[in-house]
Amino acid sequence: MHHLLATQDAGELLKGLTAVGRGVVYGGAAIGPGIGIGLVVGNAITAMARQPESAGMVRTTMFLGIAFTEALALFGFVLAFIISG
Amino acid sequence: MHHVLALDFPPVAHLIRWPNFLFKDSKYFAVNKVVLEMWLAVILVGAFYFIAARRRALVPTGVQNVAEMAIEFVQNGIILQTMGPEGLGWTPFMLMLFSFIFVLNVFEIIPFLQMPVTARMALPMFMALLVWVLYNIFGIAKQGPWHYLKNSVAPPGVPKAMYLLVVPIEFVTHFFVKPFALALRVFANLLAGHLILITFAVLATALFTSTKIGAVLPGALLIALTGFELLVSFLQAYIFTILTAVFVGGAMHPEH
Repeated sequence: MHHLLATQDAGELLKGLTAVGRGVVYGGAAIGPGIGIGLVVGNAITAMARQPESAGMVRTTMFLGIAFTEALALFGFVLAFIISG
Repeated sequence: MHHVLALDFPPVAHLIRWPNFLFKDSKYFAVNKVVLEMWLAVILVGAFYFIAARRRALVPTGVQNVAEMAIEFVQNGIILQTMGPEGLGWTPFMLMLFSFIFVLNVFEIIPFLQMPVTARMALPMFMALLVWVLYNIFGIAKQGPWHYLKNSVAPPGVPKAMYLLVVPIEFVTHFFVKPFALALRVFANLLAGHLILITFAVLATALFTSTKIGAVLPGALLIALTGFELLVSFLQAYIFTILTAVFVGGAMHPEH
């Protein structure tokens, strides 16, 4: 394993590790909001099915909830681009 | 360079930084494609609502009808849901935010333009700063500085000892994280959409130059993603406007 790392120049190792870091940042940032948005929309669907008259209000609140949770995934996305190396 | 079947994927800087072509040496007043698109959006939105307001028919048709549909959408879908009937005075501002951001976003899928202005952080940052100044000023004007600070930073119904933890978090959230997240949300969504459209376009082109048939799937997906980006443009403008309404309404009338 060490001889594999030794055969490359120093710049390649840094670039490879940066790429791995970027992937880990975004991958880790996408888990929570994925689950969160699924929960929000699922509960919104249940609410709309139980009481169709409130569908408009539920839909508005659902969009609000999606916006807040999706922002966290996007912080990770932007951070993955900002990481330099 | 990153090669995909002998076609270069351009570095990200080439996708979002456009060369200046007027006032090239000025640091603040140089004009590039993004600035031109901003001016075009201002002219389009202004001319649209100006032309729609000229006829004033009681039963609207044509341009006036579309403008009135937009106004009704902003009033019923955004203002009445979050600020209630006394927020109807905010209609011009919310309508401006929604229309302007929607037109700026939709430039991503218009041929020959194909660059969302909101994919550069300057404009979302300015809009979020504007919203931040507005909700703070209206909150202070409506409730007085001490009550505004108390209602934003210390929610009632929290056990007294927890205030030591909750107040700093709420302070940072209310005064720093909310406007920053407002800007970053629309910026990151549009930047991601721009990059994904470019990725599939480069892939389809590369596969087309090597094997003709391989470009069918990426091409079909590119078309589907363009439609999806239209939805995202509308949704991001709607979310920016409705969050502005929530923040302004919350600053003027704290519910709790």
